[in-house]
Amino acid sequence: MVADVIERELVIEAPAERVWALITESEHVGTWFGDVGAEIELRPGGLYRLTWKEHGTSIGRIVTVEPHTRFSYRWNAYGPKWREEPEDGYSTLVEFTLEPRGSATLLRLVESGFASLVTDDDIRTTAFDGNVRGWAAELGELQEYATRVAA
Amino acid sequence: MSPALAEGPPADVLAALADPTRWEVLRLLGEAGEGTATTLAASLPVSRVAVTKHLGVLDRAGLVGARKVGREVRYRVDPRPLRDAGRRLDALAEAWDARLGRLKALAEAAEG
Repeated sequence: MVADVIERELVIEAPAERVWALITESEHVGTWFGDVGAEIELRPGGLYRLTWKEHGTSIGRIVTVEPHTRFSYRWNAYGPKWREEPEDGYSTLVEFTLEPRGSATLLRLVESGFASLVTDDDIRTTAFDGNVRGWAAELGELQEYATRVAA
Repeated sequence: MSPALAEGPPADVLAALADPTRWEVLRLLGEAGEGTATTLAASLPVSRVAVTKHLGVLDRAGLVGARKVGREVRYRVDPRPLRDAGRRLDALAEAWDARLGRLKALAEAAEG
């Protein structure tokens, strides 16, 4: 099956506290994520606003704050409402998880919810009949399959 | 970099794929090249009526195409929406790779 998630893992040679600061403090987030700046209210429901020179500003809302361990926010990054407050049907969930690995940190990034974005027909409703939540697999499988059926 | 307004992957395609039976229908069609609700139902633990319903969802998402041959409706996979969804998810993943690469560089430089 196909996942509606993007998953990334990488080891960073720095302690989890340091990585946490880079993910949750506006002066840092405004450099590696936004390129103009960021505004962050570090609490559930708080703002995670990113600004880019080229594109303007997107508004995220923080969901989880577990210091040095887990941070997540929702944003409407895709589609017509990307400048607006995240809302159901338009937003995806971005989750960062940190795990100490000796003096380094394993960072896991998961962005999920692409399949529940609103479409202009009834497919979504039909698709979510039944037990389809919680399905997960590799993105690679989709691409591999697409290549195979195209051949 | 197009961070905030990258085009998302097509939700209708992902939603249509988010069902184990439909995924299996696609896999069977991909392998056989073509199939009908009847031939598919023979290989699946669901009724012909259920298969027809799933084929309808796949059809509306553009994942399969139908053609009538006599009294039969034969379906085949249209790989284009799958390829497109894969490409778009891939582009979003690459955007994350770039961001996380900058994050890593920053974290490690600050440590040094």
